[in-house]
Amino acid sequence: MFGDFTANKNIDFDIKPGEIHALLGENGAGKSTLVKMLYGSLQPTSGSIRIDGDEVEITSPGKARALGIGMVFQHFSLFEALSVAENIALSLAEDISVSEVARRASEYSERYGLPLNPEAIIGDLSVGERQRVEIVRCLLQEPKLLILDEPTSVLTPQEAENLFKTLNQLKSEGRSILFISHRLEEVRTHCDRATILRFGEVIASCDPREETAASLANMMVGSTVRNVDRSSRNVSSDVVLELNRLSLSAQTQFSVPLSEINLKVHAGEIVGVAGIAGNGQSELFEAICGERISIKSDSVSIGGERVGKLGINKRRKLGAAFIPEERNGHGAIAAFKLSDNMLLARHASDDQKFQKGGRLRLIWQDMIQSATSRVSEAMDVRKSGVNPYAASLSGGNLQKFIVGRELDRSPSLLVVNQPSWGVDAGAAQRIRQALIDLAAAGSAVLVLSQDLDEILEISDRIAVLFDGHLSEPLNAETASREDIGLLMAGVGMATGEAKHVA
Amino acid sequence: MGFIEAVLLTIVTAATPLLIAALGELVTERSGVLNLGVEGMMIMGAIAGFAFALMSGNPYVGVIAGVGFGALFSLLFAFLTVTLVTNQVATGLALTILGLGISGLWGEAFVGVPGVKLLPIEIPLLSEIPLIGKLLFAQDIIFYCSIVLLFGVSCFLFKSRMGLTLRAVGDNHTSAHALGISVSRVRYLAVMFGGACSGLAGAYMSLVYTTQWIENMTAGRGWIALALVVFASWRPNRVLIGAYLFGAVGIAQLHIQALGFKIPSQFLSALPYLATIIVLVIISRNRRLTIINTPASLGKGFVPDR
Repeated sequence: MFGDFTANKNIDFDIKPGEIHALLGENGAGKSTLVKMLYGSLQPTSGSIRIDGDEVEITSPGKARALGIGMVFQHFSLFEALSVAENIALSLAEDISVSEVARRASEYSERYGLPLNPEAIIGDLSVGERQRVEIVRCLLQEPKLLILDEPTSVLTPQEAENLFKTLNQLKSEGRSILFISHRLEEVRTHCDRATILRFGEVIASCDPREETAASLANMMVGSTVRNVDRSSRNVSSDVVLELNRLSLSAQTQFSVPLSEINLKVHAGEIVGVAGIAGNGQSELFEAICGERISIKSDSVSIGGERVGKLGINKRRKLGAAFIPEERNGHGAIAAFKLSDNMLLARHASDDQKFQKGGRLRLIWQDMIQSATSRVSEAMDVRKSGVNPYAASLSGGNLQKFIVGRELDRSPSLLVVNQPSWGVDAGAAQRIRQALIDLAAAGSAVLVLSQDLDEILEISDRIAVLFDGHLSEPLNAETASREDIGLLMAGVGMATGEAKHVA
Repeated sequence: MGFIEAVLLTIVTAATPLLIAALGELVTERSGVLNLGVEGMMIMGAIAGFAFALMSGNPYVGVIAGVGFGALFSLLFAFLTVTLVTNQVATGLALTILGLGISGLWGEAFVGVPGVKLLPIEIPLLSEIPLIGKLLFAQDIIFYCSIVLLFGVSCFLFKSRMGLTLRAVGDNHTSAHALGISVSRVRYLAVMFGGACSGLAGAYMSLVYTTQWIENMTAGRGWIALALVVFASWRPNRVLIGAYLFGAVGIAQLHIQALGFKIPSQFLSALPYLATIIVLVIISRNRRLTIINTPASLGKGFVPDR
């Protein structure tokens, strides 16, 4: 149906009616470029796109929609302040009243098993609900091809299963689905064909059901991805981080309050906190690292010291290190050089090492520079020049630098939020290995991640965060994906209502 | 006309220009553009209205000129901030300064010259109603416009497809662009609507409020209109409450001063501002609604990806 497509670097691929076609590739492999051209937000410089045999020029997203191409973005393009029905009305070409749109949306949401309240304001909805709005919005235009960009990365395993039910229903109606994902297991179980991109070129086209996750990964990366080596660790009985009935009120309209969180992290172990984004991960991270001060000083203890009321630098000086979720603007300042970013994060903990002149506190560039080089080497940070601007590094390399910057201090406690979010497989593997090595060396590590595979890969114990509540940690060796998935959906959590999942 | 009627009439006169200018700015801001040049556009409307009415001898020509010059003046702002993507705050301040300067220059010849008054139009029967008849149905055309604008803006924003498009642009211009909406076209029109309203409010000042030209005669009303939009959390009906409350307390404090109460006059002069802020803050204490009504891309310039 969509044939003879030449793009990026001579990309040829086709999608047949009634198939779920997976598009695989690492970050930067050219998936988004390809998809943007299909959706009309980029124009190919050469080559052609054909739909049902006719050559077409997709000059704008509007044109793409008119041609029967619908797209569900990874970062949703919804209007937060408007209602579900108003959002859908805006994307329909015809002038239909909002109430008529609401009626149609309800009809479609029922037909495809995507529950929706047309009157709800987008700003009040969970990520999963927003995704359903995007999908229903596309379906109302009766697309022949539906493109989904990493749709399951924001869903619980159960929500993802429901999504695949919907996709299979669409497939049986003869529609085509282009499915972009990093999750190889779901590609293997649900997709009919897979096209693998690397460096902007098609590497292979295969039937994913005949492949293994490992063989797909190898095709994506081009070399064998080493599995993380987790030799046995000695977990001691020393509690390094203790959260004791930690509660935090919601600071803004869209943040989640934390309620009565208890957790102990011992020296030499990795505790993983799973959960869907927006269930209190950022808030928990901020409370532990001291970006938000607790009311009671014993809410957070590091190495036995009550630090609930201490600021971030005092906590760092007790041997703790923190890596926030957002690389740009939070973990590092993009417009600053790596050495400046090094100093900004460690000026208090490495006061003596990085600053000279006694009370004058002059910046000791040589020392900082050598630490920067040391970190870059240890973490295999690929950069242009000795001390480039943080902005010039790719996401994966900047993340490796930030992780390395904290590890370089040999912290006794490391708290990291989304360690490998949006980094390529190689960098993610490097970062996970570094976390495991740190724990093996006797430090306590707390990892907050949306990526359940990552959590399962590295953790000794796994707790689940749902709507600001933290479950009892499960032993990683015995816990099943299903158990964790249910907890992620709020089933069996002592929270009362499960409002973040529907 | 009784005393109470006269007082109420002065309140209407004080509130009308605020209401019109604020409604115009509300539409502009709902599209995501912060135009701090309301004061400048108002004074342009005032001088243009005065000059054209005087030259033609017809106050209605003055009204049309006020609207036209306000819109024209705002077109300059739209060109700078939407097309050239200049900083909206700085450009708005410059527009105010420019407006005050041009109007002062143009108006030099008119200082002390008696102007043309825009006369009330009595609506038969309705204007006979005791107390409110004269107040609401024996008014000038600009007052009637303000009421039509109030309902018009409400319906436009929340009932029409174009209003939905405008709100979408103000909420998230990137998504709006992705949907194929022309962000710059919507913003040009919204800015010019705001300019036209400011011009009309200015014309009211020089054709109804006082029928003479005084330099800087808008005396900060543009700024008050701007503040009203924010405190009314971008909702037209609250702008109405704010404008009339401000007008009412302003008139009331004049009478209190005249009656010679022993209250410091500075406090009384500050009273309209205090009362308006307090009331509107109490009305908009629902934070969720305030967040929803605040245009998320307010003040941010839009440069498309390509």
